[in-house]
Amino acid sequence: MRGTHFGNGNQDLKRFQVRLGIAGFCVVAAFGALFARFFFLQVVQHDYYHTKAEDNRIAIVPVAPNRGLILDRNGVVLARNDSAYTLEIYRNRVDDLEATIAELAQIVEITPRDRKRFKRMLEESKGADSLPIRSKLTDEEVAKFSAQAYRFPGVEVKARLFRQYPLTDLTAHAVGYIGRINDRDVERLEEEGLTAKYKGSDHIGKVGLEASYEHALHGTPGVAQVEIDAGGRPLRTLSQTPAVAGNNLVLTLDTKLQKVAEDVFGEFRGALVAIEPATGGVLAFVSKPGYDPNLFIDGIDPQTWDSLNNNPDHPLNNRALTGTYPLGSTIKPFMALAGLELGKRTPEHTISDPGSFGLPGVAHRWRDWKPGGHGSVNLHKSIVISCDTYYYGLGNDLGIDNIHSFLSHFGFGQKTGIDIDGEKPGLLPSQEWKMKRFKQKWYAGDTISVSIGQGYNLATPLQLAFATAIVANDGVVYKPHIVRYVEDSRTGERREVEPEPLRKVKLNPKWLQIVKQAMVDVTKPGGTAGRAGMGATYNFAGKTGTAQVIGMKQGERYDEKKIAERFRDHALFIAYAPAEKPTIALGILVENAGHGGSVAAPIARKVFDYYVAGIRPASPVSADEAADSD
Amino acid sequence: MTSITANDVALGLKERFVDSIDGPLFSIALLILALGLATLYSAAYGNPARVTGQLANVGVAVLIMWLVAQVQPQTLARLAVPIYVVGVGLLVAVALFGEIVNGARRWLDLGVTRIQPSEMMKIAMPLMLAWFFQRREGQLGWQDWLAAGVLFAVPVALIAKQPDLGTALLVAAAGFYVIFLAGLSWKVLIGGAIAGAASLPLVWSMLHDYQRKRVLTLIDPTTDPLGAGYHIIQSTIAVGSGGSMGKGWLQGTQTHLEFIPERTTDFIFAVYSEEFGLLGNGALLVLYLLLIARGMVIAANAATLFQRLLAGAIVLSFFTYCFVNMGMVSGILPVVGVPLPLVSYGGTAMVTLFTGIGILMSIQRNRKLVQT
Repeated sequence: MRGTHFGNGNQDLKRFQVRLGIAGFCVVAAFGALFARFFFLQVVQHDYYHTKAEDNRIAIVPVAPNRGLILDRNGVVLARNDSAYTLEIYRNRVDDLEATIAELAQIVEITPRDRKRFKRMLEESKGADSLPIRSKLTDEEVAKFSAQAYRFPGVEVKARLFRQYPLTDLTAHAVGYIGRINDRDVERLEEEGLTAKYKGSDHIGKVGLEASYEHALHGTPGVAQVEIDAGGRPLRTLSQTPAVAGNNLVLTLDTKLQKVAEDVFGEFRGALVAIEPATGGVLAFVSKPGYDPNLFIDGIDPQTWDSLNNNPDHPLNNRALTGTYPLGSTIKPFMALAGLELGKRTPEHTISDPGSFGLPGVAHRWRDWKPGGHGSVNLHKSIVISCDTYYYGLGNDLGIDNIHSFLSHFGFGQKTGIDIDGEKPGLLPSQEWKMKRFKQKWYAGDTISVSIGQGYNLATPLQLAFATAIVANDGVVYKPHIVRYVEDSRTGERREVEPEPLRKVKLNPKWLQIVKQAMVDVTKPGGTAGRAGMGATYNFAGKTGTAQVIGMKQGERYDEKKIAERFRDHALFIAYAPAEKPTIALGILVENAGHGGSVAAPIARKVFDYYVAGIRPASPVSADEAADSD
Repeated sequence: MTSITANDVALGLKERFVDSIDGPLFSIALLILALGLATLYSAAYGNPARVTGQLANVGVAVLIMWLVAQVQPQTLARLAVPIYVVGVGLLVAVALFGEIVNGARRWLDLGVTRIQPSEMMKIAMPLMLAWFFQRREGQLGWQDWLAAGVLFAVPVALIAKQPDLGTALLVAAAGFYVIFLAGLSWKVLIGGAIAGAASLPLVWSMLHDYQRKRVLTLIDPTTDPLGAGYHIIQSTIAVGSGGSMGKGWLQGTQTHLEFIPERTTDFIFAVYSEEFGLLGNGALLVLYLLLIARGMVIAANAATLFQRLLAGAIVLSFFTYCFVNMGMVSGILPVVGVPLPLVSYGGTAMVTLFTGIGILMSIQRNRKLVQT
């Protein structure tokens, strides 16, 4: 029995060993197959997988360029970049925004305003990966959040450069502001093919020079190769093509002068534009009231926006650039020049002013601002005392189309071409214009109103300053510009803006001299701005004006005291100084201030005192100061 | 019989502590362990607790190996039935009271600790079947094959039902190796293979969604690059980008930038492969092959049928773990939860593996004693 077992056992053993051998063969074959697979992956396809692994770990990250600075003509910084921290939420990495914000609020302060601002941005910038819930975190807040950061996937603290406008509202209307790139901006950038240039950038110029010089200020983004982990977190920078910072803007603006001009405005609303006649450079660009442009950079909350947008004083309106007002009597020097140049008047021609003017066959009589009239008036006197009746007759003799074409030379009715976007062209009427606009023929009576700057007749304060600068510069026209030169951030090279004159208005020097002399005498005793000119250590030329806000019925008298403040006339004044060799030309509009001589001319005087004679004003102009007439 | 000399004591100690350990088997295992710890150090970069934890696992496992090596094979044979019965009993308990973790009922809470009874079946299954064939040695009839089939099928079905397809396959493999080595006729084997292939659609219809997905993802990982396919895609990239020489220890970008999921456990081979390349893979394959070869020699020289079958099944199971894991990581087999032997982090697998090695050592040591 044991023997047979042994025999069987031997047979069994043999069979077992054969089977084990087969299994061993299978093991070797299987390992061979694995090795073949490894060879395939690691040798044959190595390049492919190497690339895949590199793609995994290396992310190409755009590096946003630093925006160029904006400086005034003396190097005062108007827009700079400060570094600060923001707390940003990546909307695609956060499931429940509300809950996340609520939790964040327990670590850092998040005001209801921040929440509203954030909501608004969510709607306006659907394309943005991350949006800030809080900006300008303190170091303490950054530390607090960092300790808890693991709880907030999709929320990150970012160190960023912030645009800062240190002079806040002083230069708001000239410099403007930047804001977050919203969906509309994205569309525009796509249309212009500039998307690549804005990779990594969150902001873009929205208003003012920040918008009109966007291309110069923005710069060129760089590219960084960054090693990232599987969660997309950047670990280290492997290589970098640095961004090229945007170019700096150096302005013709003189913020000290700007400050003086703002201060002398006091509580009045209005605008003042000062131009250097010899270059077209804008020395001051005031629109009152102003606003704080810093509010707009990272999205303004709806409440603050409403308070600015629905403010009856309209602080967001750029009155200097887009406010259009009747010229009033400031049109008279240009009308006088037209009369002389076109041979309709001589300097000696004298009228007897009865205090009103009539047209044959027209019942209406056009009144002079002075009841009873000015008596015997020639061209010189017509400017000095601002006689209406003289210009009713002159306008009638010139005809509207002559007025239109002559005044066009001084930039009325068209954009000046200043380097800020959004400029309004104003209105310089003609027969053709009226036909187009109202499908009506031009009446002779229309011309009479236009002759003293009323009726269909609108100009911006900028246009007033521009036209005055042309006169001051004896007809040589420079395009107005606020940027003096663009400074290349790499080479320091300066590109001058508008250094050459545009054209020259052909004017007979003799006629020009007569008008200019009359404008000087406006500021002398007996002139409409005589009180404003009193005691000046230099000569300056000017012309007062009043723009009606409401129309007067026939026979009605304008009574300043009876009329609500908002319906009072606007005061206008154009001027340049020094009269002999002008270095500054002004266009001033003061809303609801009454006569041009009463408020606007003293403002000009104080600005000139500072700019020409170096005298700082002691106080702003007040309503009851100097009661000069139209 | 007279006095015990110091020499005798030394010899006795040597016999007790050293001779029970098979030199070649143990040194190859230690070499693989060393590679494994180095890889784990890299994979767990920034978490040294994983390495010390693994060292503790190895310590416990080696102690168990040594204890098992002391046990006589006959004792093992006597324990086969109780272990198997307890194992199946526990599997039934799991099916009835088991805890559900990640959608599968695999764990049994004993109050003190939680255990995964399917893991012990990896040893209990070959132990039981080897004992059975030993008992029926020389008188095998078709009823015996049928009985073996039942002993095989019950635990496999219970584990597959949990569902834990990976473990079920491994337990089935261990059982199958015993039956194969015991001499199941080729006709049945081939017939079974054909029947198996024919029943694939039926099996497919019984698979859970996640299991089907794994198979489908294997065929084309890109259908689900962020979900089920992510593991395969990233591990294949890791392996392929390793190249012939590897990126160097601690230099694997896929590893250190956390692109490889489960990189200290089931997918640790991707880490190894990325850092040591084809050269390292070849070396590891050779080490595994040597270990398997040594095990086969032990099986071939074993004293009894029970020992032969048990040793053979243990060695082939070991091979299966290696093959399935490396095949899965390199993208030729579906993702099943099988750790890489002696390399992956984990205490349970380590203990199971060293228990197997301990059994092999016990069989090796006892081969002469009975044969003479």
